Amino acid sequence: MLDLLKGIWTVFKHSFRKRETVLFPEEKPNRPPRWRGRIILSRDPDGQERCVACYLCAAACPVDCIALQATQDEHGRRYPAFFRINFSRCIFCGFCEEACPTYAIQLTNDFEMSEYYRPNFVYEKEHLLINGPGKYHDYNFYRVAGISIGGKGKGESENESLPVDIYSLKP
Amino acid sequence: MGEPIRSIIVLAAIFVGVLATAAGLIWLERRLLGLWQDRYGPNRAGPFGSLQVVADMIKIFTKEDWIPPFADKPVFIIAPSIIVVTTILSFAIIPFGPGIQIANLNIGLLFFLAMSSLSVYSVALAGWASDNKYSLLGGLRAAAQMLGYEVFMGLSLTGVIILAGSFNLSDIVNAQRKMWFFIPQFPGFLIFLIAGLAETRRIPFDLPEAENELVAGYHTEYSGMKFGMFFVGEYMGVTLISALIATLFFGGWMGPLLPPPLWMIIKTFVFICFFILIRATLPRLRYDQLISFGWKLMLPLALLNIVVTGAVAIAIN
Repeated sequence: MLDLLKGIWTVFKHSFRKRETVLFPEEKPNRPPRWRGRIILSRDPDGQERCVACYLCAAACPVDCIALQATQDEHGRRYPAFFRINFSRCIFCGFCEEACPTYAIQLTNDFEMSEYYRPNFVYEKEHLLINGPGKYHDYNFYRVAGISIGGKGKGESENESLPVDIYSLKP
Repeated sequence: MGEPIRSIIVLAAIFVGVLATAAGLIWLERRLLGLWQDRYGPNRAGPFGSLQVVADMIKIFTKEDWIPPFADKPVFIIAPSIIVVTTILSFAIIPFGPGIQIANLNIGLLFFLAMSSLSVYSVALAGWASDNKYSLLGGLRAAAQMLGYEVFMGLSLTGVIILAGSFNLSDIVNAQRKMWFFIPQFPGFLIFLIAGLAETRRIPFDLPEAENELVAGYHTEYSGMKFGMFFVGEYMGVTLISALIATLFFGGWMGPLLPPPLWMIIKTFVFICFFILIRATLPRLRYDQLISFGWKLMLPLALLNIVVTGAVAIAIN
């Protein structure tokens, strides 16, 4: 009986506690930097698309919500002809971001993605692509990858060394 | 002019007041539960979410009112109205102030006990007419629970009747001029509180509903306003028990400074909030615990209370 009263008193004391609820539309919840929210495609510091259309994100996606088609420009630079994410399927696991070799696909901390019309959840490349480098400000795949592209030969950028002339290695 | 018009005004005020309180409790209960669980509860519609009541009413009135084809149709329809009618009728005997009372019955308390016994029919018939195993189990539980708790509810009030020397609620209130009855009748007050909780089928005695085991118990098959009637009936029951506790043990409308009806309303609301606090605290009892608690502990305590009160009353006189 005394325990009952103690319990009731404990609950009553909660009248004076701070409420835990975050009043959402007025008050945004605290999201850490690595929050997995809306997916974006980023550009490198030169303003070019980072995505090289390697399909690794689509392969890593456990719910198959990513669809893309690779193509090339005149310099041989690969990019996606279309890139489509179906957000009504996406489970925001972040595997695509982990699989991406060029930091192109990134998860942001935006989660307000409600729609009244279901097909609106299918985001095309123009909805996904942003005009910035996202979380990785200085990374440019083609400047560190050591491949020749559009006027830049092999080994001509920073952190790259020129290809070894294998014929110079004679004993 | 005069007497008939005055009684019509009183009747309308109490009727509307009770219905408004029952509707308001939908909101109040959710807000208070929110408060005690460190969250907000409905706070969007209107100031502090108070228009939630209107939204809920619009919703429940426009829902499909479906009667299952296997149900016993007439009984199924009558059952929810019984609980509302009996509870509203019980309010007739409660004095909200000196002379502010619908019926000044000389057997007021007996009338209340009779009405609360009748409300068992509502739940039991609803469970029976639904022709659904969960509803039937809920109805059977309600019947057994009411039977057990009705007995010592009546007995717990006997002490008050001995002290006041009357079944009339106005007389009982007037008899508390010197001392509120919860002091000499503290065991009776506790027993009546527990019986009242069981009577309104609220946590920890909500076994007839028991949503985790019986879907929704006796109102599983009910929808629309028929379900709403059970809901309103439950909230009116809470209001009724709170008003009765205030009347029988806490001096009814008596109090300093403020006008008598206001005192009555304040006291009633304190007990309504206490009922909700109990709901926020306690888990549901097991069925055998509930029944043995009623018959083995509460009934002897109530009888003991009568014996002691009676002996003291005789000794003083």
